[in-house]
Amino acid sequence: MTPPDYEYLRKILKDHSGLDLSADKQYLIESRLLPLSRKCGVPGIAELVQKMKGGSSSITAQVVEAMTTNETFFFRDKVPFEHFRDAIMPEMLKARANRKSIRIWCAAGSTGQEPYSLAMSLKEMGAALAGWRVEIIATDLSTEVLEKSKSGVYSQFEVQRGLPIQLLVKYFKQNGELWQIGPELRAMVQHRQLNLLHDFSQLGAFDVIFCRNVLIYFDQETKINIFGRLAKAMEGDGFLVLGAAETVVGLTDVFKPFPDKRGLYRPSGVRTGSAQAATSMPKIAAMAGR
Amino acid sequence: MKTCLVVEDSSIVRKMARRILENLGFEVVEAEDGVDALVVCKRAMPEAILLDWNMPVMDGYHFLCHLRRMPGGDEPKVVFCTTENGIDHITRAIDGGANEYIMKPFDKEIVAAKFQEVGLIELTEPNLV
Repeated sequence: MTPPDYEYLRKILKDHSGLDLSADKQYLIESRLLPLSRKCGVPGIAELVQKMKGGSSSITAQVVEAMTTNETFFFRDKVPFEHFRDAIMPEMLKARANRKSIRIWCAAGSTGQEPYSLAMSLKEMGAALAGWRVEIIATDLSTEVLEKSKSGVYSQFEVQRGLPIQLLVKYFKQNGELWQIGPELRAMVQHRQLNLLHDFSQLGAFDVIFCRNVLIYFDQETKINIFGRLAKAMEGDGFLVLGAAETVVGLTDVFKPFPDKRGLYRPSGVRTGSAQAATSMPKIAAMAGR
Repeated sequence: MKTCLVVEDSSIVRKMARRILENLGFEVVEAEDGVDALVVCKRAMPEAILLDWNMPVMDGYHFLCHLRRMPGGDEPKVVFCTTENGIDHITRAIDGGANEYIMKPFDKEIVAAKFQEVGLIELTEPNLV
């Protein structure tokens, strides 16, 4: 890949999705875009770029989608789901005992493994949730992955990564080499197309937000902005779950780490401060990022 | 070092499994069928068993039933690894005392994921993009 092509792709990705690739991510582009170029019937990335420059918005959309689609599997990283079961839900069952409803948002729901892992975790809690209304909203930038998530159909390869065999047998139906998650679990998850760069206040207020392995793609200014808006989309006693490689520390004070639970955060209550931080910090952050 | 017994009649698959398991930090012992495997287990019970289903002499399911009745035979974590990928086989295996189940074809990631699942190996840190 030539340096000008790389720069062109970086800029396109930044403008369309906020994905901020550092200067050394050629391998990532190649691993994602070579399969796409084959699919589009061109020999390589140079030809894809040519088509994009020629004004093919469909190719551009596919490139953005291929680059922003994250690899995911059921119960990815395990620990966040243990936090969900052992820390978040016990506390929510107490805190929401009167209204008996919980709203959960998977902000990078991707192909559904995360929202369905949460749905299975909730099912496994059994009688503790009898009479409760639990909403799981899965959003993603890509409509293609949302369609896959809605269908709940996974390959034999996909169901073998992270999903305990007992849960596969219990919650999935086999159809040849494919496995589909059962209708009861599919009905627990609602899907919406959403770009985190845009306003998401219409989604309402959440008790729990899973926003994992998506903020790593954004620059600091954008991260701070998103954290500020996530805090506003969350109940004061809610929980934010980030990916293992992500943190709020050093970026914003609207969330504070939950003691002894890596990746788990709660609103700090510093809401007015967050607005200031979201507007005043970017310059410093942008400089620090260089 | 933990020991993993690979019970598999295909020498090619045994070789492939050995490479994956050694990379995961196991000492690997091999057996070509269920009877062979029972002999190994009587000598020294391994921590893990990667078990094929269809084999001559004694198949994986019958080996598992014998194993679980042996003294100390409830100790090893047994992970099936087979082309039998129907839900009926999976259910039978679990009822027979299997801890996990791999549907062939398999690769390093699947073995690692399943071995993590049953606590044979530690969770690895996710890679940064």
